[in-house]
Amino acid sequence: MKPYNIYISGVGGQGIIKTSTVIGEAAMKSRMPVVMSEVHGMAQRGGGVSTELKIGDSYSPIIENGSADILISFEPVEALRAIPKISNNTYVIVNKSPIYPFNLRESEIPYPDIEIILEELNNKSREVFALDANKIANESGHPLSMNMVMLGSVTAINGFPLKKEIIIDSMKVNLPEKSLDINLKAFENGFSFVKSRIV
Amino acid sequence: MNIQEVLKAKENEQLFLLGNEATVRGALESGVGIAATYPGTPSSEIGDVFSKIAGEAGIYFEFSTNEKVALEVAAAAAVSGVRSFTFMKHVGLNVASDSFMSVPYTSVEGGMVILSADDPSMFSSQNEQDNRYYARLANIPMVEPSNPQEIKDLMNYSYDLSEQFKIPVLMRTTTRVSHMRGVVNTGVVVEPKKKGFFKKDPKRFVPVPSTAMVMHKVLVEKMDDLKQVTNNSPLNQIFNRKGKVGVITSGGAFNYVMDVVVENQLEVNVLKLTLSYPFPDELVLKFISDLETVVVVEEVDPIMEKEVLSIIGKNGLKKNVHGKLDGTLPMIYEYSPNIILDSMEKVLGNNLKKYDTNDAQIKLPERPPTLCPGCPHRAAYFSVKRAVKLLKLEDVVYPTDIGCYTLGVSSPYNAADYLLSMGSSIGTSCGFSKATNQSIVSFIGDSTFFHAGIPPLINAVHNKDRFVLVILDNRTTAMTGGQPNPGLPVDGMGLESPEISIEEIVKATGVQFLRTINPLNVKKSQHTFKEALEFEGVSVVISKHPCMLIKRGKRSDAFLEVKQDKCDECSVCLEELSCTAIYTDEDGSVNIDPQLCNKCNVCVQVCPEKAIGIKK
Repeated sequence: MKPYNIYISGVGGQGIIKTSTVIGEAAMKSRMPVVMSEVHGMAQRGGGVSTELKIGDSYSPIIENGSADILISFEPVEALRAIPKISNNTYVIVNKSPIYPFNLRESEIPYPDIEIILEELNNKSREVFALDANKIANESGHPLSMNMVMLGSVTAINGFPLKKEIIIDSMKVNLPEKSLDINLKAFENGFSFVKSRIV
Repeated sequence: MNIQEVLKAKENEQLFLLGNEATVRGALESGVGIAATYPGTPSSEIGDVFSKIAGEAGIYFEFSTNEKVALEVAAAAAVSGVRSFTFMKHVGLNVASDSFMSVPYTSVEGGMVILSADDPSMFSSQNEQDNRYYARLANIPMVEPSNPQEIKDLMNYSYDLSEQFKIPVLMRTTTRVSHMRGVVNTGVVVEPKKKGFFKKDPKRFVPVPSTAMVMHKVLVEKMDDLKQVTNNSPLNQIFNRKGKVGVITSGGAFNYVMDVVVENQLEVNVLKLTLSYPFPDELVLKFISDLETVVVVEEVDPIMEKEVLSIIGKNGLKKNVHGKLDGTLPMIYEYSPNIILDSMEKVLGNNLKKYDTNDAQIKLPERPPTLCPGCPHRAAYFSVKRAVKLLKLEDVVYPTDIGCYTLGVSSPYNAADYLLSMGSSIGTSCGFSKATNQSIVSFIGDSTFFHAGIPPLINAVHNKDRFVLVILDNRTTAMTGGQPNPGLPVDGMGLESPEISIEEIVKATGVQFLRTINPLNVKKSQHTFKEALEFEGVSVVISKHPCMLIKRGKRSDAFLEVKQDKCDECSVCLEELSCTAIYTDEDGSVNIDPQLCNKCNVCVQVCPEKAIGIKK
């Protein structure tokens, strides 16, 4: 089976590794081969973080440039940083809420305007789903459920190889019980957001 | 997955494990009785898992004070007949190397595996040294797994090999293998043997010149025998067997090669060297004999490439050899599928790339890692800089060390001027004290102080140096994920444990100026740093406050805010303190992000207009 490649990017602390693990375990439970690459350590102190997932037959967990089937970005600028991994066959799901780099005041390069970011993503991909995942997370009951909003959105994409029910089962095993209800609500809200926009 | 599953999973179950988690499962299935480490990325999660399950598994596990001690704990266990495991990041093996070099001489009884997690591309390290040289330097066999399943299986294999030849085995991983997650099929967890018996045999265990002469001879003979193993092991595998081009590869690099070969259906032979040292000369000779072209794909240094060239030279063969030495592959940094694609295009002379790729047309601001909001290190840096300014000192040298506080290298702190290795802040301060007349303020963390800071501090006092040493005691080993250290009342297995006092150690060295401060109290801290800077000799300030990642959790309803009517936008909080929770809005007003703020109250104290306070 040719691998389905998922590239997930964002900022340290946004719950990227947890989200990726939920997807990976769901793939394993679906009896599909799966490998994943994570970034730990120094890179996590507020720096950019990414994970790469390949569901299907693959040796390395690193995605060849241009071959991502889907890019999930928890932060707008981090989506642009991932552009080498995508092509005009790639779906992009991006959280519109920015996190400004701490040294932005000293940076010669400003933080780009959100509309410019989305236009660039639109030009370089198959389709972009941009959502205010922070807002949806707040409405779901807790700002930290933002990663599950993103997970829900991905699950609704055409061609995503895993069943919604199996993703939900994987969430139950991987998330703390006390926040599960909020996380499930966040997941459903993310799912409906994308589902309602697919024609 | 609950991490307890690493221990609890029965035979033939499937777990989605990180390479480092699979390592622990491998140890459990091998009956390891004693494990010891000093945390270091990319090996840190191995220790994190051990610390959570060792008690229940009936294993002894410790976070040793440094890698040398960890290796010595494991070596003593192994000569007592207990299977032992020590693991560390690549540069950790430098620290352990003195004893590491002797263990192959003295041999082992119980199996011993030493894992070195190398870090090509330096994701969280000061260098990308290739520790495959260490197998050659110490003369021990080496295995190079490519994925979590192989790590687990090779643990088992390595313990058997270690006991068969009474020699430790080096397992070499790289970041992308240690931090790769994959499906692992479990085997059976074996009851560990935690206690052995040390049978004295000075001729075997005490390398003095007369005995070491014999030991070295025995070691060389063992390695000759091991060459038979590596030449014939099914672990060294050939794939494809088509065409006149062959690739010799190992570890993480093998994965990229296979992805490119399979995806593009290349007519290429691949030899995967999993048991890669002693180098299997005969196997390689056989593999290349029918080939015209050989490509060696390895991370990081051209080690196997030189071995292959020497085989070709010795046998008078004529082959095209491509690798790092002829520029087909890059000499430094980690590989990727695209790097292998590029190199195979060069070697095969055809176009392989199928995907259109782009770069962003927009320039992007960088996002370097930084100190967390409320980090006590930030407060300490702020006060040191203020004290230096008050005393009108210029050209102050700030030697630094390994830990989160190395992030002080960035502006506005600029509090990291020289760094070599764990503990080097103090040793190099001794040198700057002798070689310059500049003022010196040196920074080291609590865990790093225990690891390698004590001998250089003794050196400083004894040799009458002059500098300020700031020990940033944040009550944890923060950078690697918050492991305990000897300064805490808890050990690596979570049990109650005597707390070693940094104050008492410093006092015992004879330091005449010693103060302990709470860095979140800005005024007092500034005053203390000023005094320390004025002191002639070695002055030590222990800046003690728990890491915010540990302390956080109590989320009160009180939030800090900038009172806009008082704020005159002087930017002290933004430019001098530079806390990540403080930002300017589009209208230019200064604000605090309640999501990020950890309420350390340092900004409240540094604001000249007293414009920051609790939100009413």
